Amino acid sequence: MAYSEKVIDHYQHPKNVGTLDKAKKNVGTGLVGAPECGDVMRLQIEVDEESGIISDAKFKTFGCGSAIASSSLATEWLKGKTVDQALAIDNMDIVEELNLPPVKIHCSVLAEDAIKAAINDYRVKNGLAELELEEKKH
Amino acid sequence: MGFIEFMDLKLPIYLDNNATTPCDPRVVEAMLPYFTEKFGNAASRSHAFGWVAEEAVDYAREQVAKLINAETKEIIFTSGATEADNLALKGVFEMYASKGNHIITCTTEHKAVLDTCKHIEKLGGEVTYLPVKADGLIDLAELEKAITAKTILIAIMYGNNEIGVVQPIREISAIARKHGVLFFTDATQAVGKIPVDVQADGIDLMAFSAHKMYGPKGVGALYVRRKNPRVKVTAQMDGGGHERGMRSGTMNVPGIVGFGKACEICRKEMEAEAARLSILRDKLEKGLLELEEAYVNGNTEHRLPHVANISFKYVEGEGLMMGFNKNIALSSGSACTSASLEPSYVLKALGLGDDLAHSSLRFGLGRFTTEEQIDYTIGAIKETVLKLREMSPLWEMFKEGIDLNSIEWAHH
Ligand SMILES: Cc1ncc(COP(=O)(O)O)c(C=O)c1O
Repeated sequence: MAYSEKVIDHYQHPKNVGTLDKAKKNVGTGLVGAPECGDVMRLQIEVDEESGIISDAKFKTFGCGSAIASSSLATEWLKGKTVDQALAIDNMDIVEELNLPPVKIHCSVLAEDAIKAAINDYRVKNGLAELELEEKKH
Repeated sequence: MGFIEFMDLKLPIYLDNNATTPCDPRVVEAMLPYFTEKFGNAASRSHAFGWVAEEAVDYAREQVAKLINAETKEIIFTSGATEADNLALKGVFEMYASKGNHIITCTTEHKAVLDTCKHIEKLGGEVTYLPVKADGLIDLAELEKAITAKTILIAIMYGNNEIGVVQPIREISAIARKHGVLFFTDATQAVGKIPVDVQADGIDLMAFSAHKMYGPKGVGALYVRRKNPRVKVTAQMDGGGHERGMRSGTMNVPGIVGFGKACEICRKEMEAEAARLSILRDKLEKGLLELEEAYVNGNTEHRLPHVANISFKYVEGEGLMMGFNKNIALSSGSACTSASLEPSYVLKALGLGDDLAHSSLRFGLGRFTTEEQIDYTIGAIKETVLKLREMSPLWEMFKEGIDLNSIEWAHH
């Protein structure tokens, strides 16, 4: 299968690979997927407590090129957004930006799940209620 | 990679010779006249065009038979191994219906065998799918135990297309003989690569294909034993009665000529080629196993000389291939690359977890593989594995000593 140029670019030059200190109260961590399914994403956000803005985001992904690109793109989009703005990121935005083919849509769904899981982790750590998340088809 | 020493290397490198091989130029040369001036139908008995074509087919049949130590009358030309597998299994099932309806095969067979067996089950056949051991070999005691009064055929492949493991063919045929059961082997990956001798190996029926041994695509053969015992199959393709009624359809003369030439070259060069390729394969394997958490899949002692299947734990196969697939062509056991979305059923049959199956690469070396290509491949794959592990959350957890099985993964 041929990959889109954007997927190749993220794969070759992934943005924001790394690890944030998950012990910190203002860091939220989302770990989604499963090794048996061939995709695991870990996405982390660090929130500036005064402004409520996501000041840093990092990822690590086990998966195909599209999964790596989806999570790399997600971290780029997260930085500079408020937590509420981040919640609005939809997997179809990722599909569109990366030109993902139908068989790779699950990669974008996983990235959206990872964003939401990271936000929920942040919320729970900071005494906020966990958000009910709609189930998307993988 | 910008290694200076690879400046003259021509890319991409082909390391998927289990999927198909390029035609040897000597094969193409032998075929060419049979497209143009020698275009006749081998079944045309009334003129020279037909006689020339028939002669060419007869000669090719000798070349093919000689490679496997068979008689020419024991060779039925087909469109490839898939058709030969179908003819062997369905043909025996039909021909020996009065004797029984039970077939024994194993879980790591090619789909051409497994799906044909599924079809036979729908027709009222009974099929036992033997499991394999962790090294990919079948358990001979289990094979013998599976035989019943209704068993008509044992169908076990010679060399496996994904892991290269070579089954104990002579032991299997001895068991078949002892119980008066026929033995069929899909030898598509073995013929032309290692010595295959239908007499010494005790094989009753055998499928193989030209395009896996530097011949053209779309031509293959079924060997059917004529003596001790005389084996018969029911034709699955009816029509003009070609191939003594066993397989109707105008002979693919250029293809068959190429197949014959390919067999002759293999017969003469196989020994030296196997020795050369096993040295290269071992070099590749040794180089890649310098990586931590890299494992060879399947038995390494009973294995085709040109095949290696390796899992690189904590990186996913398709993601891995993307790192070099512009420059190196090979295949992965990962779900994402195959059409089925399931990771390799062969690797799963060895008891590999889905995660290891997802992390595997299959290397198939061939006649035109060079040491320089292998050196380049070792470097490129190592570099990509290291890069992707830096990006892998599983690798980080492994390094921190976290047991991945202790985590509750969200399955979907
Ligand atoms: C073991 C085995 N059997 C059968 C086949 C099918 O061969 P063909 O492409 O000639 O139909 C293959 C090749 O994919 C194979 O590896």
